[in-house]
Amino acid sequence: MALTAPIVDADKTAERVRARIESGGRDPKDIGFRWLMFGTLLFSLLVLSVLIYDVVGDSWSILSERFMDFLARPSRSRPDEAGVFTGLRGTFWIGVFVIVLSFPIGIGAAIYLEEYASGGWFTRLIDVNIRNLAGVPSVVYGILGFTIFVGFFNQRFSDANAFGKVTAAGGLTLAVLSLPIVIITSAEAIRAVPQSLREAGYGVGATKWEVVRNHVLPYAAPGILTGTLLSLARALGEAAPLILVGAIRGKLGSDAGFFDLRQLGEQFTAMPIMITEYASKPGEDWVPVTAAAIVILLLVVLGFNAAAVLLRNRFESKREGK
Amino acid sequence: MTAPVLDQNLLAGNPKRRNKEKTVGAIFTVAAGLSLVVSLLIVGSLVFKAGSFLGDLINPPEDALAETRDGMISLSNLWSEQWAPRFMQFDIKTLLVASIIVTIVAMAVAGPIGLGAAIYLSEYASPRVRRILKPVLEVLAGIPSVVLGFFALRWIGPNVVANMFESAGNQSLLAAGLGVGLLTIPLVASISEDAMRSVPNALREASAGLGARKFTTSTKIVLPAAVSGLVAAFIVATSRAIGETMVVFLAAGGSGNSAQFTLSPLDRGATMTAAMASQASGTDGTIVETAFNSLFFVGAVLFVITLTLNVIADRFVRRVRQQY
Repeated sequence: MALTAPIVDADKTAERVRARIESGGRDPKDIGFRWLMFGTLLFSLLVLSVLIYDVVGDSWSILSERFMDFLARPSRSRPDEAGVFTGLRGTFWIGVFVIVLSFPIGIGAAIYLEEYASGGWFTRLIDVNIRNLAGVPSVVYGILGFTIFVGFFNQRFSDANAFGKVTAAGGLTLAVLSLPIVIITSAEAIRAVPQSLREAGYGVGATKWEVVRNHVLPYAAPGILTGTLLSLARALGEAAPLILVGAIRGKLGSDAGFFDLRQLGEQFTAMPIMITEYASKPGEDWVPVTAAAIVILLLVVLGFNAAAVLLRNRFESKREGK
Repeated sequence: MTAPVLDQNLLAGNPKRRNKEKTVGAIFTVAAGLSLVVSLLIVGSLVFKAGSFLGDLINPPEDALAETRDGMISLSNLWSEQWAPRFMQFDIKTLLVASIIVTIVAMAVAGPIGLGAAIYLSEYASPRVRRILKPVLEVLAGIPSVVLGFFALRWIGPNVVANMFESAGNQSLLAAGLGVGLLTIPLVASISEDAMRSVPNALREASAGLGARKFTTSTKIVLPAAVSGLVAAFIVATSRAIGETMVVFLAAGGSGNSAQFTLSPLDRGATMTAAMASQASGTDGTIVETAFNSLFFVGAVLFVITLTLNVIADRFVRRVRQQY
């Protein structure tokens, strides 16, 4: 094969190389590009700052004057009386559903995929299926929740006002929604466990389950916890599926207390739904109420996010230091 | 002294342990199998209800006919002049075009900005800078969409869109698209960054060895090498933008569960997702079943579109993995 060298102008190349050396790597085009790319990150930071500044500024009158009162009151038709109690209550119970159902099932499925799966057609089917489920829009999960869960509870519970649009239906819907993300992140964490750890376990005669329980899971635990916390945060911020499932915007029929189990079979709302409700009300008076509800939701959601990121950074630096 | 004879039972170990092993394995298999059940339920509920909606169009029931002006319902109601389920007007192109407008605006924002952030994080940032700046994107990714919807309604609409275009009101498809764009920046950035970081360093070193500056290395070597991943990032983000509900529901102004066909991003409008949400949140219990079931038909269309995009994106992601 004949090698065809590009025609090179030696003088020009030498000139360019000399310029590069003399400029000490400070090429204007390079610097410009670098700052442009940095600017895009800065833009994201700017948007984030404006958003938080705007929301906190709007909500300040409520947060400073009646913070506890705002947490303790349900939805009302007057802005100076409205609160987020019912929303917080609903969001809490939805979180319970996600933790109790989607965490164990998701981690179990991840263990199957990474440790038990044989690589046959069943595994491949489940793998493809989970990745596709993760890309299904959240509003479509709402359709699932409406036809399956609401339909089911409509026949089960006698609360005539709810028509099956109850807390349990909302919680189940969001548990199903977060399942694929829990599986994917947990599977990633399990995959990162060094193979030698497993081999050492098998070497001393441990069974597969013993290896998983005593070696793989403890090692993967921080990663799994990070992933599950992120998916919990995502589920708690979801509004679209709950709208489909029939979360109530406005006054609730239920007067159950925060931890009252009765409400699982009663009408419900959640923080994102309350925000939607307050945001769609006309009049400037509702803006501080909406903004204050947003601040509280952000505290919850970003709190879980921050915990997840801190956890990951901590364990990453610990493992790297080893 | 005779040596102990190893028989099959001895080698197989404690039967109790073996049984436990089998049970645990079965539990995990069932857990994984549940994901299949979820898919089947999603597809099942969409097909069943969307099918009954289409059936109603072909063979209209009395209560649905009573809602129309001319007493006629047929499949052509899916292609009329507006989306108004209450009056049996199910023009799907009104919703499709609104979805496309919002998605184009969103990708015009999230594409370049997400890509730029990815280039900076992958090619320029030192590990220390990266540790400080990456959380910015992660926090942005963690903001619930309903919050960005409120931001688009309260801030982007009045301060950006209405300021730039006199004819635009506070609510418009453009404002919603910008909001969705902000929402998808972190997604584009993180997938693109992964793709660029998986490009082997040898390529960068070879490029630097030939005297290329970093700008040239980034744009002429790393970007082309990572192109499959970048395409995947764009497709995944497009799919997310089409499926995004709350920002559009709040900021696009397609309220009242009806929308006129429009091609202008400055108009109000309802996307597929927003139409579904307003249909479901309609407070009137009087709406006839045919009209209500249109939401499942829209859901089925949305599902098919996003699934197609995700499958295509998956192909591209796998190509990256095969290459390096």
